Amino acid sequence: MNGAHDMGGMHGFGPVVAEADEPVFHAAWERRMFALQLAAGALGRWNIDMGRAVRENQPPGRYLASAYYELWLHGATTLLLQAGIVTGEELASGRSERPADPALVARRLPPERVGPALARGDRFRMDEGKPARFAPGDSVRVLNRHPEGHTRAPRYVRGHAGIVLRDHGMFVFADASAAGERVGQHCYSVGFLARELWGREAPPRDRVFVDLWDDHLEPA
Amino acid sequence: MAGDERDHGHEHLSETELRVRALESLLVEKGLVDPATLDTLIETYETKIGPRNGACVVARAWLEPDYRDWLRRDASAAIADMGYTGRQGESMYVVENTPAIHNLVVCTLCSCYPWPVLGLPPAWYKSAPYRSRAVIDPRGVLRDFGTELAADVEVRVWDSTAELRYLVLPERPAGTDGMDLEALAALVTRNAMIGVETVKAPAGRSGA
Repeated sequence: MNGAHDMGGMHGFGPVVAEADEPVFHAAWERRMFALQLAAGALGRWNIDMGRAVRENQPPGRYLASAYYELWLHGATTLLLQAGIVTGEELASGRSERPADPALVARRLPPERVGPALARGDRFRMDEGKPARFAPGDSVRVLNRHPEGHTRAPRYVRGHAGIVLRDHGMFVFADASAAGERVGQHCYSVGFLARELWGREAPPRDRVFVDLWDDHLEPA
Repeated sequence: MAGDERDHGHEHLSETELRVRALESLLVEKGLVDPATLDTLIETYETKIGPRNGACVVARAWLEPDYRDWLRRDASAAIADMGYTGRQGESMYVVENTPAIHNLVVCTLCSCYPWPVLGLPPAWYKSAPYRSRAVIDPRGVLRDFGTELAADVEVRVWDSTAELRYLVLPERPAGTDGMDLEALAALVTRNAMIGVETVKAPAGRSGA
């Protein structure tokens, strides 16, 4: 979706301000929200792309006014509601009104499995088996598409031409994965000249590299 | 008006805190979340997984040419060899600074970041100013961090739009000959591995 999350190239947000000796979390609720998102995710009822999709699918004003972990709260509650795991009344009261599905309870992540689960990570790579549409050195153009659903092709590269630097191999296609479909496609690092994206005033040799899948690209 | 805004902000925060608390109570009562698991997750990212990991990767690459080659060929395997694997670093790619090339990493769409080697991202990395400007004005962003690049240096910005996670291998500063892995790793900052800064020589050992 063409949402407020897709910020590449926007003006007006001001300078980047770094905080000296910044803590990992700034408040107790941020700590809990971070961990709740990971623990709820371990139940296996949604994937990371569905998580990104619900966080960004908001009115732009609300997205921009939300603190980072408020976006996580919005995302987690939306996913829990969509999955039918909780109700709005339960979220408001903090009290359970009916027992959870025992199969889901059986998937609860115990503390001793946190380390191994984090070290294992997620499975984004797919088995090889689909031929790559493009090879390093190929000229490609990003399709000028504006889907209302989730996409990882940012607006600032759509319609622009670049060169494939590297074929990363087969990865879960995020745009489909956000709708619950696990399909693999080749994912490429595509290099764009800054001048192609931002015009003639950009430095002549600077480049921006964006990771894009087969379905985002056409031969140029 | 300023007072009104402050009060409003305070109420807003309190409501968020209450909602997070309610969410935790609810999921714990349903048996879906163990509070001890939450504590372990928090402790992991506050005390165990952070930029010290990435600094050790960089220092080893500076010391061992074979390791640097391995990082270029298969960063995921080379980094796993140091024990850093898993969530949000499943597929790693290392980009190497040289006198002619400077690399900078961003996620314009959300906050993708190589957790196993750098921990959780700082607030500025997730902020609108960084996400919006890193791709259109990377040299301006670098100046915000006090980093001035010569005009003939090529800037390469890496937007983390898929599940590849990027680590910048900064240039080893002059004046660090003979330093061991631990001493070198102590010089390597998180910001240098994102690409907004360079690694500075230790005080009194500038090779210039």
